[in-house]
Amino acid sequence: MNEKHIVSSFDRDLESIQATVMKMGGLVEQALVDAAKALKTRDIGLAEAVRKGDKIVDELDRSIKTDAARLLALRSPTAGDLRTVLSVMEIASHLERCGDYAKNLAKRTVAMAGSGEIAGTITALGRMSAFVEAMVRDSLDSYIQRDTKKALEIIERDLEADQIYNNLFRSLLTHMMEDHRNIAVGMHLHFIAKNIERVGDHATGIAEQTLYLVTGELPDDDRPKEDRTSVALQDSDD
Amino acid sequence: MNDMRKIERDAKMAETKITARNVNVFYGETHAIRDVNVDIADKTVTAFIGPSGCGKSTFLRCINRMNDTIDICRVTGDIQLDGTDIYATSVDPVQLRAQVGMVFQKPNPFPKSIYDNVAYGPRIHGLARTKSDMDEIVERALRRGAIWDEVKDRLDQPGTGLSGGQQQRLCIARAVATEPEVLLMDEPCSALDPIATAQVEELIDELRQDYSVVIVTHSMQQAARVSQKTAFFHLGHLVEFNDTDEIFTNPKDPRTESYITGRIG
Repeated sequence: MNEKHIVSSFDRDLESIQATVMKMGGLVEQALVDAAKALKTRDIGLAEAVRKGDKIVDELDRSIKTDAARLLALRSPTAGDLRTVLSVMEIASHLERCGDYAKNLAKRTVAMAGSGEIAGTITALGRMSAFVEAMVRDSLDSYIQRDTKKALEIIERDLEADQIYNNLFRSLLTHMMEDHRNIAVGMHLHFIAKNIERVGDHATGIAEQTLYLVTGELPDDDRPKEDRTSVALQDSDD
Repeated sequence: MNDMRKIERDAKMAETKITARNVNVFYGETHAIRDVNVDIADKTVTAFIGPSGCGKSTFLRCINRMNDTIDICRVTGDIQLDGTDIYATSVDPVQLRAQVGMVFQKPNPFPKSIYDNVAYGPRIHGLARTKSDMDEIVERALRRGAIWDEVKDRLDQPGTGLSGGQQQRLCIARAVATEPEVLLMDEPCSALDPIATAQVEELIDELRQDYSVVIVTHSMQQAARVSQKTAFFHLGHLVEFNDTDEIFTNPKDPRTESYITGRIG
């Protein structure tokens, strides 16, 4: 919808709330990049900066929710305008969670400082976080460009994120079973992997909001999932 | 969706009351309504929305042949009420208007007592034989108009002495006194304050139990609040007709979207 509202301040409100969510997205992407870099290079200073930076993300989330409530109350948006406001609120929640995961990654980086590492996993985690960070970036692009094709691609890509996580999970489990001294760091690394995997789910959630904004309908919740680790231990017992 | 109103709405989607096919209306040379086709359901509130001059009131007035009173107005096409062509020569427009009642923008009570305002229609249509019959009809109509408690002690006082909102509810009571099947409302709340508007909207929701209600409104929020079906008119065309929920959350036609989101007037 390119036409302008008769009441031009309505346009400004809608643009402003979307600009804020994009700004929030930019901060979250950077936090993910920095957190992954801090993990890889064991940069405690950078990790602390990521932890502190999450406050701004949380504040933006609150400010978006407040603006959205005001817009709903004062403008009574309908149709595409209504979907814009509702989807912005959803996306802000997804991004806020992603910010929390980046912060958690940074916290664990600090906690693991000085302990040994498990061969190959840090590199794999770096690849995985770059993969989901790109998903977040592209999902926000799909939203702002109203690009449903791109949104559907992201939903597909989440399968791959799940697979990377599955492999990491198995590898970490093997290392921990082989040598119990690996367990402390292995648990941290596993939570990091799981959190990164969750970021991919949130990127998928954002992509779904693109579909909702454009078509007025949310996709069914029967998208294929590849994260099978919740049943992994039963499997190994069989 | 767990919206109780939606469940209620779906359950009540009743059979068709009014069928309009290829309706065109001309005022002299002006082509006011262009090929409108619509099915209006019984026991449902249908809202007509659209910018000024889009033809929504004109179309509403076709349904009880109010346009007959305008000399230069010409209506073509087919409008049926329960399968009967209302423009057939055998149909008496006065009789039709008892079946299809109307409420106008400005409350217009007769300069008579509250009682006589309501009794007028039933009297000319010979619906009551005795005084007690008439008392019963008047009370029932005033109760349906949700105004009985406010006026029962002063039925002999002039209807024009009531407040605007009360006058409008009196007019609704007057319209339902002849036991119509369809109730047409042309901006019934535009002259009322928000409280009186809420009372009339509550009344419209109750009336839907018994009647097919068609309401023309400039307030899109009102259409969203009171109706189950919404028709959007633009430049004489019926652009989109669908469930009210759909029209306001996910309209299919870009013109509908532009109008309800405040982009075209």
